[in-house]
Amino acid sequence: MADTPRRKWVGKSIRRLEDPKLLAGEARYIDDVHESGMLHAAVLRSPYAHARIKRIDTSRAKALPGVVAVVTGKEAAVLAGPVPAFCAEPVVQHAIAIEKVRFAGEAVAAVAAVDRYVAEDAIDLIEVEWEPLAVVSDVESALRPGGPLVHENLGTNLVFGRTLTFGDVKGDFARADRVVRRRLRWPRVAAVPLETAGAVAKYERTSRRMTVWANTNMYHYSAMPFAGTLKVDPNKFSIVPVAVGGSFGSKHLLSKVITIAGILSKASGRPVKFMEDRIDNLAASDSHASDRSYGAELAVTADGRFLSLRIDVVDDYGAYFQFGQTSHGNYLSQVTGPYTIGSVEITLKAVLTNKCQQMVYRGAGSEVNNWVLEALVDTAARQLGMSPVDVRRKNLIRPEQFPYKIPTGNYYDSGNYAGVLDLALRMVDLDRWRQEQARLRAAGRYIGIGLATCQQRSVYSATEFWFWYEKPGFPVTATPEGVTVRIGQSGQFTVSLNSPFWGNSPETVVAQVLAEEFGIDPSTVSVLYEDSLRALPAAGPGGSRLTVMLAGAVTGASRKLKDKIFRIAAHLLEASPQDLVLADGKVSVAGVPQRGLTLADIAANAHFFKMSLPAELETGLDASHTYDHPFTTPPSADRSDLGAFYPIVAHAAHVPVVEIDIDTGLVKFLDYVAVHDCGTMMNPAALDGQIAGGIAQGIGTALYEEFVYDSEGQLRTASLLDYLLPTAAEVPSIRIGHQETPSPYTPYGLKGSGEGGRMVAPAAVANAVQDALAPLGVEVSELPITPDRIVRWVREAQARR
Amino acid sequence: MARRARGTNVREIEMKVNGIAYHETVEPRRLLVDFLRDQLGLTGTHIGCEHGVCGACTVLVDGQSVRACLMLAVQADGAEVTTVEGLARDGKLHPLQEAFWEHHALQCGFCTPGMLLTAYELLQTNRKPEPDAIRDAIAGNLCRCTGYQNIVTAIQAAAQAGGRA
Repeated sequence: MADTPRRKWVGKSIRRLEDPKLLAGEARYIDDVHESGMLHAAVLRSPYAHARIKRIDTSRAKALPGVVAVVTGKEAAVLAGPVPAFCAEPVVQHAIAIEKVRFAGEAVAAVAAVDRYVAEDAIDLIEVEWEPLAVVSDVESALRPGGPLVHENLGTNLVFGRTLTFGDVKGDFARADRVVRRRLRWPRVAAVPLETAGAVAKYERTSRRMTVWANTNMYHYSAMPFAGTLKVDPNKFSIVPVAVGGSFGSKHLLSKVITIAGILSKASGRPVKFMEDRIDNLAASDSHASDRSYGAELAVTADGRFLSLRIDVVDDYGAYFQFGQTSHGNYLSQVTGPYTIGSVEITLKAVLTNKCQQMVYRGAGSEVNNWVLEALVDTAARQLGMSPVDVRRKNLIRPEQFPYKIPTGNYYDSGNYAGVLDLALRMVDLDRWRQEQARLRAAGRYIGIGLATCQQRSVYSATEFWFWYEKPGFPVTATPEGVTVRIGQSGQFTVSLNSPFWGNSPETVVAQVLAEEFGIDPSTVSVLYEDSLRALPAAGPGGSRLTVMLAGAVTGASRKLKDKIFRIAAHLLEASPQDLVLADGKVSVAGVPQRGLTLADIAANAHFFKMSLPAELETGLDASHTYDHPFTTPPSADRSDLGAFYPIVAHAAHVPVVEIDIDTGLVKFLDYVAVHDCGTMMNPAALDGQIAGGIAQGIGTALYEEFVYDSEGQLRTASLLDYLLPTAAEVPSIRIGHQETPSPYTPYGLKGSGEGGRMVAPAAVANAVQDALAPLGVEVSELPITPDRIVRWVREAQARR
Repeated sequence: MARRARGTNVREIEMKVNGIAYHETVEPRRLLVDFLRDQLGLTGTHIGCEHGVCGACTVLVDGQSVRACLMLAVQADGAEVTTVEGLARDGKLHPLQEAFWEHHALQCGFCTPGMLLTAYELLQTNRKPEPDAIRDAIAGNLCRCTGYQNIVTAIQAAAQAGGRA
């Protein structure tokens, strides 16, 4: 574009600053933390999904040499209160179950011993007498009147239910020529990062100070509640970040992992490390994701215009409610997708069952809604006899309509959705594939071309955590990100971050921004991670916010630093600050480059020569800046308008091409094109990495992954042999294209993009399989689309004919 | 061979790890990965699943890739072991590591040590592998971040740059 500002470093695929230590094995992940005197924990987990603990005897475990502490739920409750949670009223939970367990894998007792081997030996010596209870194994049994209750004090397993209506839904449905209806089932999956969750807690009994190393996030929000849980003064409780081996949302809180390490450190008086093993992580990580059944309706006109959307969703939350309705607040930011849909109604039923509880997973519920909407759109096209492309074109929001307010009250900042679609179709060569599909169909082969055109909201505002409630308990409105930038005595830059490295590229982002702002070499920037007591306010990675928010924080700090730099330089050069320019790490008089000073000269003066500074300036050259959400407005009291809460909206079109062997159910990718518009790109290579990785996860959700519980509440997919993550043999090469429509609300026009791949891939892959099997009369209503399901669907469809 | 130490259920073992000789005492049940990480302090080898599926703990034992979570330390008695710490020399990254950096073949970095050693083994036997051969070779190493494409590209680039050494 002609008016795009020329930038030197923003938009460049520089090599990541994070990588050398990761490549060399020098990075410090949580399991690499070692404190002297440190003990190792293991946890006894419930074999039952629902049972009362009648008696528990830990005496033999305590007697084992090398065991320092053993705690039951009752003993733990003396040392710590209920675990921190987000908007989780009215469900209380403890890190170690007290009286009864509510899912298979819930912690029953914990041991600290000289090493993990001895700790696990001790676990085997704990005796528990159980009284098994009737199991709430699914939504149907949960809602059956008179059935067993997961939490007796609630009197129901329906922990939350509400309908939100935006616009004239009744009128729009009455006006419609046709209502497209689907019943859809989204499976329980999870982020399953390669690194499990862990914590090292060190409680100093006399000073009553606790330090916790953990691969968590959001410690600006969570450190205070954790201090409360562990009964330590908030200003003596510190969370120290470590490198994180992947999270994708699953490690936001880690309420039980941190609390169990803290309890055992209090009980033993020694530092204690608790690392989940993989079985802990799959069965009891508290980080399963959406598990939803949908009835969805799209009201359309005869010529293919979308009028209104009605969604009925029942979500199987598992045994607890730690993140409230966040994953349902999330998609209300983009519930109508990239389409002009005038009204929408959502009915949510959140149900408790005897399963592991939910957290968020890349997409945070919006990827689910994208799949529902795109299934409706393709169904509408089939019913109306239109092509999937034409029906979308008819309804896409046009470039001149931005900023665009959707019925829920959220805004979309900018976009050119038709442009993204055009590029994707060009890249994949749709016409050629349609011809090929017809040719191969005649030869008995089943090719499917999928299309999904989806939103990727980015940069969340905290209102999504609580607006479902009529009277929220803690209606937080801050989503800050702070940084401190220090220019040292030699003119070199050091940045303190207040959020962890989660696998994304925070060091590279801040270095690129500083390079852009000061003309320095980004590879010279040094980055530190602060613990929670030293940290500025920060919400950290999540909701595709970090790149945008760090850019806001670093440009803010840069403004403050430049102001001081110019004042010092003006003083030393005997010039006026407004006559000075900063370029390539040097400040000089405009038009007279030889009258200038390097940043090193200025830094040396700022640090060592007070008498060379203007009288009103203090020694030193550092600045902190906390950037908060650029565009957020409060929800209305009646929740007919949720306000702007996720207004930085990226967009993508994915076109996978698959071939299906209907005898074996095998799905093979022949091509996969993904075009994204994430506003101005910070680092295209890193962005492509996020897109490709997200697509791999989306393919996992669409085709392979599922937590399967049986009627007794036992997890049947509790190892990586049964819970199938896609490997290099399954994930195809992705061909990625970009369009850049800058956001008007953010530094440089950036939009967040960390979740984009997984936001779109499940919808696109499901539509591709649907397209392939449509000639057989198969309707894809359920994920994952496993080989056995395909074979069954094909047989059932053939039997119907 | 592992020698039983006096009167206790431990064994003495000798092992050369990244060229350094060690003489250590271990319980027979101690996993190789725990021995490397906790006893030798070589924490670059990561534990992902402890049941042999994810490949994060891959190391080379006498030149062959091994899941260090499925092997006991006593089984590696007398062996030469290479971990990720043995790839870079004097602060200079190995060509495979350079290629991973250049082609953005890592994000969180947790699977990376295992990927690097699997790729190292591949390039010992196949100097110019095609993408399909690379995908076959790394199909036993899970990565949850990258979608694998950049890893395939990086290994191919390292091979072309003669990254076998």
